[in-house]
Parts: sequence; C-alpha cells; structure tokens
Amino acid sequence: MSRRSFLRGCAAFGGVSALAASLAPLRELGDYTNTEQFLQKYYKELTPSDMTKVITRIEGEVERQYGIRPHVRDLKPMDGVEFVYALNLTRCIGCRKCVHACVKENNQSRSPEIQYIRVLKMPHGSMDVEKGNHNYDSKQVPEKGFFYMPIQCQQCKNPPCVKVCPVNATWQEKDGITVIDYDWCIGCRYCEAACPYWARRFNFTKPQIPKDKINPDMSYLGNRPRKQGVMEKCHFCIQRTRVGKYPACLEACPVGARKFGNILDPNSEVSYILREKRVFIQLKEEMGTSPRFFYYFDK
Amino acid sequence: MIYFIRNYVTFLLRCARIAFIGDWRYYAWMGALTIICLLGLNAYAKQLVHGLITTGMSDEVSWGVYIANFTFLVGVAAAAVMMVIPVYIYGNEELHDLVIFGELLAVAAIIMCLAFVTVDLGRPDRFWHLIPGIGQMNFPQSMLSWDVLVLNGYLLLNIHICGYLLYCRYQNKKTTKWFYIPFVFLAIAWAVSIHTVTAFLYVGLGGRPFWNASIVGPRFLASAFTAGPAIIIIALQVIRNFTTYRIKDKALLTLRSIVQVSMIINVFLLACEVFKEFYSGTAHSASAKYLFFGLHGHYALVPWIWTAITFNLIAMVILSLPLSRGLRWLDVACVLSIIGIWIEKGMGLVIPGFIPTPLGAVVDYRPSFNETLVCLGIWAFGFLCYTVFLRMSVPILQGRLSKNNEGQIDSEMYKLDKASIINSNFP
Repeated sequence: MSRRSFLRGCAAFGGVSALAASLAPLRELGDYTNTEQFLQKYYKELTPSDMTKVITRIEGEVERQYGIRPHVRDLKPMDGVEFVYALNLTRCIGCRKCVHACVKENNQSRSPEIQYIRVLKMPHGSMDVEKGNHNYDSKQVPEKGFFYMPIQCQQCKNPPCVKVCPVNATWQEKDGITVIDYDWCIGCRYCEAACPYWARRFNFTKPQIPKDKINPDMSYLGNRPRKQGVMEKCHFCIQRTRVGKYPACLEACPVGARKFGNILDPNSEVSYILREKRVFIQLKEEMGTSPRFFYYFDK
Repeated sequence: MIYFIRNYVTFLLRCARIAFIGDWRYYAWMGALTIICLLGLNAYAKQLVHGLITTGMSDEVSWGVYIANFTFLVGVAAAAVMMVIPVYIYGNEELHDLVIFGELLAVAAIIMCLAFVTVDLGRPDRFWHLIPGIGQMNFPQSMLSWDVLVLNGYLLLNIHICGYLLYCRYQNKKTTKWFYIPFVFLAIAWAVSIHTVTAFLYVGLGGRPFWNASIVGPRFLASAFTAGPAIIIIALQVIRNFTTYRIKDKALLTLRSIVQVSMIINVFLLACEVFKEFYSGTAHSASAKYLFFGLHGHYALVPWIWTAITFNLIAMVILSLPLSRGLRWLDVACVLSIIGIWIEKGMGLVIPGFIPTPLGAVVDYRPSFNETLVCLGIWAFGFLCYTVFLRMSVPILQGRLSKNNEGQIDSEMYKLDKASIINSNFP
C-alpha cells in the first residue's frame, strides 16, 4: 500500500466515524414516528375503515404511553349547528378556573405548560390588550379598578391561520370550529404567526402529562394527546360539544360569565344575547376575521 | 445516446474528483468547514430528538434566526441575477463569464435557504405533505406554498443554466442559444419573484402590523440587491487572490455601481419606514419602538439595529465617494453592507414582528447555543458547496479541465494548477 492511499483510507475512515459520532443523538429518537404514522393519509382522505385503523393505532399508543385505554372517536359536525361563544366581561372575576379546567379536559402538556386560555387583567376603561397584565398574581380577585378578559381561539369566520397553512393541516368545519389534524401538521408555525389573537400553541418538546391526569374520553380532532413538533389550540371542546355537552371552561366558570350554543337556533342562549344586548364586541374587529367569540356587558 | 451519457458521466466524475484536489490551504479550509458542518449536524440531531425547545424560540416569538437567515439568503440568491442583467440585457461583456459565479452563488444560497426552512420545521419527517400530488399543497392560498414552488423552481433554473454553460465549455462546444437564453430571462423574472413572495410571506399577515406594510416588499428587493452583489464582489476578490482566474477591475466596478445605487435606495426606504412608524405615533408602532428604542424595559434588539444602521450608513458614504473605486475601500464597504443587511433582515425584521405579541406581551428572544450551532453548520455547508462549485468551474472556464485532456490524470492537472498559482503570485 502506498503512503498516499493509506492517508486517503485514514481520511475516509475518520470522516465516516465523525459523521456517525455527530449523528449519535438520533439513537434517542424512540417513538418519534413509525411506518404507519409516517404513511398516514390526510384526514379528509381517510375512508371509514382507514379511520378505524388510525383510531386503533392511537388508542394503542396512548395505552402504551400512559397505561390507560382511551376511548377515541372521530366526531363529525352536526347538521344545522354553528357554535358561538359569548363571554360576559361584567361578570368575569379573573379566577382562571376556566384555564385549568381546559388543561385538564384537553390533555394539555403540564411540562412545559400549554394553556389555550389567556386571562388578561385590564385597567378600568380600556380595551387595548397591550395594557393588559398576563402574569397577574393577585391574592384575591377581582381587584378594584380592573376587569378581566379571557382570550382563547376566536373560531373566526375568516381564519387567517387556515389561509396560511401550507399543507391544509388546519381548516374550518361546518359547525364553525377550526380544527387541526395533528398527524398532518408539519410544524412550520406559520399559523401561529398569522393569528391576531395569539391563540395557537406549539409543542416545542414532547408533551408531559401525568398518567393519572389523562382524560380518556378523546376525539381525533380534539383532545387526544399531541406529538412533539405540532400545533394545537382551543377547539371548543369538540369531544364534548359535538355530543351536546358544554365546553369544560363554561362548566368551570363560577360566575356564569361564559355562554355557549348554536347561533342557528333562535331559542338558544347565545342567540338571545346577540339579539338583546345593546353592545357586544368582536375582539380586533378591524382585522376582518369575524370571530365567533363575542364579549358583552351587563348594564 | 450511450456516447452522450458516457461523456456526461465522465464530466461529472472528473468534476467530483477535482473537488478533492487542492493545496494545503484548500484542505485546511475544507476541513474546517466540514468540522463546523458536523458540529451543526450534531446540534440538529439533538434538536430532532428533544424538539425545538433546544432553540430560543417560544410561543411568543415563534420564528427566530432560522427564518431570519432564510430571509437574508433568499435575497442573496435573488441578487445573483443582478450580474445577469448587465450581461444579457445591456451586452456588458466584462461580466460575461462572471455570471456563472453569480449563479453558482445563487445555487449555494438556495441550498442554504432550503436547509434553514427544514431545520425550522417541527416535523421534518412530514415534509412530503408539501409535495403536490402526493401531499396537500395549499396553493394558491398559502404564501408558504408559493415560496416552496418558487425556491425550488429557481434552484432548478440556475442549476440548468450553470450546468449547461459549464458542460459546453468543457466540451469546447458553442452554446445553443435557445437552450439557455430563454431560461436566463425567466430566471431574471423568477429572481424578483422569489424575493417578493418571501416578503409577502410577512406582508400578508394582518395581525402583525410591523410586517403588514406595503414597503416591506420593495425594501426586501433594495436590501437584496445591495447585499447580493456585495457578496459577489467579495467572492470575486477571493477568486482573484486564490486562483489563477483573471478578473478585471472593471467588472468589480460595474458591480460597485449596482451596490451603490441599491444601498442609497435601501437607506431611503428605511427612512420612509421610520417616519411612518414614529411620526403618527399610533399603537401599531409598538414593534418599531421595541426595535429602535426598547419597550417596557426590554432592549434586546436595540444594539443590533443601531449597529446595522451605522454599518449601512458608513457603507453608503464610502460607496458614494470616489474613494470606493479603490478596491480595498470597496471591500470594506461591501463587508459593512453585508453585515448591516444581515442584521436588518434578521434581527431587525423577523424578530420584532413578534414583539409585542398580538395580546401585548413583551417577551425577548435570544438564540440558544444549539440553535447557533445549527446556523453555523448550515452556513459552513453553504460555503462548502460554493467552494466546491468554484473549484470545479474555474478550471473549466480556463480550459484546463476539458474533454481534450480527458486522458490526463487529474492529480497531474492539479500540479499544473499549483505551478500556475506560483507563477501568478511571483511573476
């Protein structure tokens, strides 16, 4: 062997081992993905039998990870229903019970913490969110001179997040709920940049949920546990509202500030509110997003 | 046909071969770049396992230096055509061969762009969801889908043009005009489109007043046409000093006038933007306040943007004076503009768009160590690509690597190369 080819061999060997060493962290990838997940089709292209298989896979994964067999469903929107939320700013006391009820119901990551609802403590007399305090830590609420404004996904009629998604991983359903296919999202976070309400959350790492905190009543487009690297957000508790229940945040509210219902039904509570209240507000109305989330006041 | 394929494969093999041949400076440079690439790859492997939590990004500032570098490099790629326009539209022969160096730079820049977008994805394993046909492409609604199309299209166009011209030169054949001239003109229009589409990515977001301004598009083009030719000037200086390839001063001075005019327009547009943000004093100027003066006790970007503005102004002054006909001063002005515009496009455009958040929270962003390593790795990879491209194209353009000397052993050709370097250094 000549000196030159020996040196060449050494260089090639060194290069390959350096490459292998730099890729070493990949050994910890674990259950990042698998063939079935990798090849899974887009939600709207899944046949009912595909969906059954997907649901079995998800149930198996949840069981393996959290030791509990969940009940995952693919609930479809009901005919003649368009959901609307109304929130009474006169009543809200800023206790954040809705925030925590939401986390519990929707299997949100506890570490790092992901929350869909952000409550702003606002100085008396202003609707400018930039004056709001996100991190208030009062001993007692409500405090004098302030009002409280919970903000979550506004389920817009013209959602900017849906428009910008490059892969159609998020869309608006017939009942007005904007949903995300967690198995289709590529995690580019363009929707997060587009949302004027800061309603979207990204899984910056693998979500951690204690085993005993899992809510086993799940839906595909709703509260099933998410993966690392995908978006999530409020979906009006799709797993509850599509079977006729109220969202968890509404049930948790101790002062009855939250109202929810079908705007197409003239006898619903929300129809009454939007018809009878003299003033109600769509947040950042000038954006042209036309939210299905209304803020209103008592006298 | 078989003859053609055999010929082409030999061409590719010889090009690949020569990329591994050089003097000790070449090996040191390539070795250093490879090490940085591997460090970056290692950092990316960690990010893949643990998620984007390894970066400084958050739900508040959800894009960071990855997208900032991407935005800057799209500009660099687009600006490569600023060499093409004088040659093919105004018939400036000084720049004729140099066009290839510009377009190769575009290829390297687009490769870096694609890498920066990929590392920014939370689920890179699902990239195929973007491919039309098998995935779901939200075209024409999503500006990001436009970007995917125009960037890849531009990459193909430039590879075709450079590859064809070099292959013809290698074979000592005359070029068939219709086989590349239409593509050259298409590439000129396309270059404007890649940068405009990238600007529209930001401009289209109504919820972000800092970006939702029609001046962003023109500013993108002005800054790109400053930084791009500036990088090409520096690259040509390197080629002049490290190879035997002759580049006339006049070519550099033609590029100088492009940088000069673009920089003046760029600074003017910046002034327009600053006036609009601060004179009216509406609530929409919060991001600009944060960028230039700090907001509610947060000053993270203030030193950056003032550095950028200072660099740009000094560069503009040098470029406007006859002083910069001297190539030393031209180099200084180019380096200052490159750094200034890199900051302006990155830290100065992408980050403040997120601060304050649409709900008014002010959260600072600082790239993490791991994130910085990934960035350095991609930059090193880009440099590596460009060096290899030049290593292949310079001997071809000089006629030292051609079909005529196919039988010759390449290492001998390298000796020739080395001898001529010595000759040129010590005439």
